[in-house]
Amino acid sequence: MTTSSKLLSSNGAGWSMAGPAMALMALFIVAPFCLAFLLSFTNQRLVSPNPTQWVGVSNFTNLLSVGVIPLEPLKDDATGEVKKDEAGAPQYPATRSYTRNNPEHPYFDGMRDWFSVTLGTTRYAVVAHDVIFMKAIVNTLLFVIVVAPAQGALALLLALLINQRLTGINFYRAIYFMPVVVSIVVVSLLWRLIYAADGGMLNTILGALTFGAFKPVDWLGQPSMALWSITAMSIWQAVGFHMVIWLSGLQTIPATLYEASTIEGATGWQVFRYVTWPGLRNTAILVLIVITIQAFGLFAQIDVMTQGGPIDSTQTVVFQAIQRGYVKQDIAGGSTISVVLFVLVLSVSLLQRYLTRGSNR
Amino acid sequence: MSSTSSPNVLGLAGRYALLTFIALIFIFPLVFMVMSSLKPDLQLLTDSKSIRAFLPVGDISLNNYFNAFKRAPVALFVFNSVFVTGTTVLLSIAICSLAAFSFVFLQWRGRDTTFALVLATLIVPFETIAIPLLLLVNNLPWIGTDGFSVGWLNSYRVQIVPFVADGLTVFLFVQYFKDLPRELVEAARVEGASWPQIYRKVVMPLSGPVVATAAILKFLAMYNQYLWPLMVTQAEQYRPVMVGLQYFFQLNRAWGEIMAYLSMITVPVLAFYLVLQRAFIASIAATGVKG
Repeated sequence: MTTSSKLLSSNGAGWSMAGPAMALMALFIVAPFCLAFLLSFTNQRLVSPNPTQWVGVSNFTNLLSVGVIPLEPLKDDATGEVKKDEAGAPQYPATRSYTRNNPEHPYFDGMRDWFSVTLGTTRYAVVAHDVIFMKAIVNTLLFVIVVAPAQGALALLLALLINQRLTGINFYRAIYFMPVVVSIVVVSLLWRLIYAADGGMLNTILGALTFGAFKPVDWLGQPSMALWSITAMSIWQAVGFHMVIWLSGLQTIPATLYEASTIEGATGWQVFRYVTWPGLRNTAILVLIVITIQAFGLFAQIDVMTQGGPIDSTQTVVFQAIQRGYVKQDIAGGSTISVVLFVLVLSVSLLQRYLTRGSNR
Repeated sequence: MSSTSSPNVLGLAGRYALLTFIALIFIFPLVFMVMSSLKPDLQLLTDSKSIRAFLPVGDISLNNYFNAFKRAPVALFVFNSVFVTGTTVLLSIAICSLAAFSFVFLQWRGRDTTFALVLATLIVPFETIAIPLLLLVNNLPWIGTDGFSVGWLNSYRVQIVPFVADGLTVFLFVQYFKDLPRELVEAARVEGASWPQIYRKVVMPLSGPVVATAAILKFLAMYNQYLWPLMVTQAEQYRPVMVGLQYFFQLNRAWGEIMAYLSMITVPVLAFYLVLQRAFIASIAATGVKG
């Protein structure tokens, strides 16, 4: 804000004009934000006959505890040889012996198998208190890591394509932007039909394009595929939004720079590398941060398309927050997830700021 | 890019072919939606395996639309959505522009700190406050025509009031007001105009573009909202269109009716967008400028 003459100073009018908006933001944004932190240390429910109690950090430990159990192969008591199963692979003791009522390992109590890695002969079983939430965090991070660069880059390609002087280019721009104004709920429903395994439109189109060589895929029904199908659809829906932001960035680059580089005989790639891209630096940071924050909120697509399945392969942090906070009315559990989500968003945003800070020229 | 010396006909055709191919990728689900809404269920599913999915062929009628109205109170849902969205947009523009006016043109103690806090809210995703907000609104008091009550669930106000003031709208107005000539405001002040008069008679009449931008962004966000109304409108009476969709997934699922409903809640928005296309795109671009 620029300071100016005494004429414009007025405490009373200033507060009363900003007041309504500030009061509403304090009540509906700042207060719930602070409440999330407070509630995450309680056992608050939406409606409960019992008074709310402080429970310390137990919500967080229940949510986030992970452990690693090193397991040695089972040996035959008589011969001392490693026991093998029918396929000839060594057999390991069940993690259940550590995680169920084992007084020697109280920390592992109640944990469940998440995944395991075998190094040499030792198998390291990774167990977690809340395996579904662990999967939700991993899925959400995977989604963010793929969507942020992919959507940003595709949006830039579209912006470069649309930034030509061609008759009717505005018509194409309007079409590319169209999915942005359509609700993600509507989009998700349409794509459920497009992604259908049996006679779905995508399988039919891919089959026709490859003259039948393409084998139909169950896009949403396969655990290894569902998250990526949702990722592709999400990019399809939102890429037009960031195309427009890139376009407005492109239009701030002075035309004289392009003219100069053409006179100097620069190739298309050189022009992009030394004129266009440096001019888009601030836009790039904005696009990256906006996509990241939006991507962490992945919910509607999951709710409409997969409900977290198949086999928890599309669980996300927000979907879990809503499952607990709303469906199970466990406000404290939902708030704890919200706090974890905010810490994730904040640390990734700060990391992005830090990484993009150095290249300022 | 700059390689437009004099493109030959073939190159030009190639460009249009590429542009058109990409356009098809973006538009095919929407064409599929509208065409399917006109077909009986069986034909809809058979057609989706061929190019007929995108053509108005076969047994074409508006039956799905009539049946959709029979299955769910569609008119009520549309009214709810329009009412909630319209009210929020109007209140939001009034209240956020007033705050932005105060931030830009007035000097008051705590102003810069308050504005920094407004900007800080931009990195808080709604999803992180949704659950505590649910608890909060469930315990808020209200004095209405039927007296004092506690709890905002199942009402219009629970869908409107929390979204009236937001950091982005305030920020957009602040950016716009900063570029207005300050002399106008100072001159009006010298002539003895009060702050509300300056806001109403000097600043707002010059703010058409930013009002359009803020209105369009709020409209899109509100009309397409899903998570919040899903949680706070268990009662049919207050449900907006996106939540009303659930009615079509109960009992026997009829894809034709679903497509008719989707078309009804989407096509008006698309038409609105196509008419005001430039304003829509300018408003998205505005969120990127100086960000």
